[in-house]
Amino acid sequence: METRRIVLYLNQFFGQIGGEDQAHIAPQSFDKPIGPGLGLKGLLPKNCTIVGTIVCGDSYFNENLEEASATVGEMIKDFDPHVVIAGPAFNAGRYGMACGTVGKIASEMGIPAVSGMYPENPGVESYRQYLYIVETGNSAASMRTALPSIARLAGKLANQEPLGSPAEEGYLSRGIRKNVFAEKRGSDRAIDMLLAKLQGEEFETEYPIPHFDRVDPAPAVADLSQATLALVTSGGIVPKGNPDRIEASSASHYGRYSIAGVESLTADAYETAHGGYDPVYANQVPNRVVPVDALRALEQEGKIGKLFPYFYSTVGNGTSVANAKKFASEIAHELVNEGVQAVILTST
Amino acid sequence: MVKEIERMGLTVVHVCTVTPISLTVGANRIVPAVAIPYPLGNPKLTADEEFSLRKKLVQQALDALEQPVSEQTIFEN
Repeated sequence: METRRIVLYLNQFFGQIGGEDQAHIAPQSFDKPIGPGLGLKGLLPKNCTIVGTIVCGDSYFNENLEEASATVGEMIKDFDPHVVIAGPAFNAGRYGMACGTVGKIASEMGIPAVSGMYPENPGVESYRQYLYIVETGNSAASMRTALPSIARLAGKLANQEPLGSPAEEGYLSRGIRKNVFAEKRGSDRAIDMLLAKLQGEEFETEYPIPHFDRVDPAPAVADLSQATLALVTSGGIVPKGNPDRIEASSASHYGRYSIAGVESLTADAYETAHGGYDPVYANQVPNRVVPVDALRALEQEGKIGKLFPYFYSTVGNGTSVANAKKFASEIAHELVNEGVQAVILTST
Repeated sequence: MVKEIERMGLTVVHVCTVTPISLTVGANRIVPAVAIPYPLGNPKLTADEEFSLRKKLVQQALDALEQPVSEQTIFEN
């Protein structure tokens, strides 16, 4: 069998360069497998070789999307691969967006790409049509089960073997409809499904109806100089010592903190509980995430009527969509009851 | 979170750096921020310069709240 070349894309952490303090690094190229690549090596078909690994910091990629994409594209081209594997990214948002973008770059070059993500990773929704995304657990603890599926899929793509449906192959639906020959005609299949449904048996739809949950934009605030405005953040700013013990990732709750009489969030009184970004800058000047100082100035100038005397904070790092919805819905109920009209929500 | 807040009828602006995520989660008013670890600041500036930058970004967020929109809108700096 002809040799097939595979290139791996990893973030700074899995690329073994460093943690959040290295999330700012620009793309680097290595001509060998690194990190998960060592595990993949033994799982890929024998004719597939990982010829290189491209490593980029998660923050760099997302903050410099165009430059990062261009550089990574050039690096991929230099390796001339048959398949690109990105990640797996599990439920890491920035990493998932980077892996998705890499998949898009590869697909534009005519190279198939495979990644692995938790279904709630924003990278799935944004990039699923460009690459095959194997469903993984929400943390790197599922690396062991993710790699064999990724390797199997990458191997098939490298050797141009036909792929089955998302359910058969273990990847998340790409929203692509394919013509296939069925044994029974449509009316028979529909009746079978209906009978199964009426008898309370399990059945599988052939075309899941896409679910778009969109909220229409709220009207503009008529006069902010008369309005009460509240601050909410997913950036994890909390009073020093994190009194509510908000988790550094996968937060199970949020906090509400009084800023009555507080002119500025200072380093001696506030810090971040977020474990998904380098905390140095937020700890130095917490206003960089929750801009109380600027809003006090604008309140003084009469640009807003009043800053709501509490801010709300949680950690948006790997936090489940269900929890985020619940937190925000509770916060919003409270704000509406308190007569707040406008919200600034900051995210890191 | 932005979507759930807006669902309750509150006008909300999302200030964040990774605007593609903001679009994915359904924010309607989006103001791009400076960087992931310091969305409303810049450690390379002096304290005064940084405060001005932050105030400018917050003012942009306020402008976005006062702006009628009919679809997801990124208010470029």
